[in-house]
Amino acid sequence: MSEQVLGLLTGIVFGALLQQGRVVRFEKQVGAMLLQDMTILKFMLSAIVVGMVGINLLVDLNVVAPSVKATSIGANLIGGLLFGIGWAVAGYCPGTSVGALAEGRWHAVFAIAGMLVGAAIFAEVYPALKASVVSWGSFGKITLPGVLGVTPWGVIVILVIAYLALFRLFERKRL
Amino acid sequence: MPISWRPYVAGALTGLLAIASVLVSTQVLGKAKYLGASTTFVRSAGLIEQSVAPEHVTANEYYQSKKVRVDWQFMLLVGILVGSFAASRLDGSFKAEGSPPIWRDRFGRGVGVRAIGAFLGGIVAMFGARLAGGCPSGHGLSGLMQLSVSGFIAMAGFFGAGIVVAHLLYGRTRGGEVGHE
Repeated sequence: MSEQVLGLLTGIVFGALLQQGRVVRFEKQVGAMLLQDMTILKFMLSAIVVGMVGINLLVDLNVVAPSVKATSIGANLIGGLLFGIGWAVAGYCPGTSVGALAEGRWHAVFAIAGMLVGAAIFAEVYPALKASVVSWGSFGKITLPGVLGVTPWGVIVILVIAYLALFRLFERKRL
Repeated sequence: MPISWRPYVAGALTGLLAIASVLVSTQVLGKAKYLGASTTFVRSAGLIEQSVAPEHVTANEYYQSKKVRVDWQFMLLVGILVGSFAASRLDGSFKAEGSPPIWRDRFGRGVGVRAIGAFLGGIVAMFGARLAGGCPSGHGLSGLMQLSVSGFIAMAGFFGAGIVVAHLLYGRTRGGEVGHE
């Protein structure tokens, strides 16, 4: 099977789950940012709890290779904050913009067009950013357990408990 | 109101999909494929530019580093389009909408204003995602599943700025009227 066919099949399941989780909605994205409806956090953290245990197990058993993105405090933080500003206005992140368009919310097409322009602008200014922002606080491909000098499983247990406590809080507050 | 299990179940199944994806892609392609979305916008922009100015794309360092082509993640996004469309038609939740209710409460019914907002927001969001090195799929899901420090920093930035700007933009609408399902 080619990588394109595998990507398509994976995407069809991902798209159906995003849509069924209702996370492709503008209301759910902005609702989370307004701290009124935590649907997208329930979805993301549920995926992370399951995936964190499974993927770390597969990496431990040497069945799959990890793929950790490099840490640059400058790029991760400034880029992250810029993303958050645009995300609040557009109401969609890259993956959900496509899913929203597919369930009829056609105004998402304007967000998608903007994202293509944003990517093109970034490609033009990348050399300047690489020499500046990206080099600020650059630590390479580090993980939380690596930095703390502990086994991943200790961190995983603590995070699972923390995420489950958040779910309990969301439900008690009816968010 | 009873607990809605919908986001938890769909989320947990997405976790299983992420595990299945790295496992199957390692077996079939010899390389683990982790969920992500924003790099595809770089490749798509590159493909569009390539059709009018191919030498410009060849000379661009960033496009060359990301390899402008239809790859696994590009087809993942095509799949999201197919999967979301099929699921919304099957359960009847497909709905044509030119402007979301929260936006209309604040900025009126005009589609033009919504189009400009979504377009400008999209530009800033994608520029930020590429600078951060990922979006809520790549940094959020795949990054936090692997406990990467970059994922935690980026997610703090996404939500930190998102919460402030969303409150400034929509905070004064009548309670935001965010419906639960």
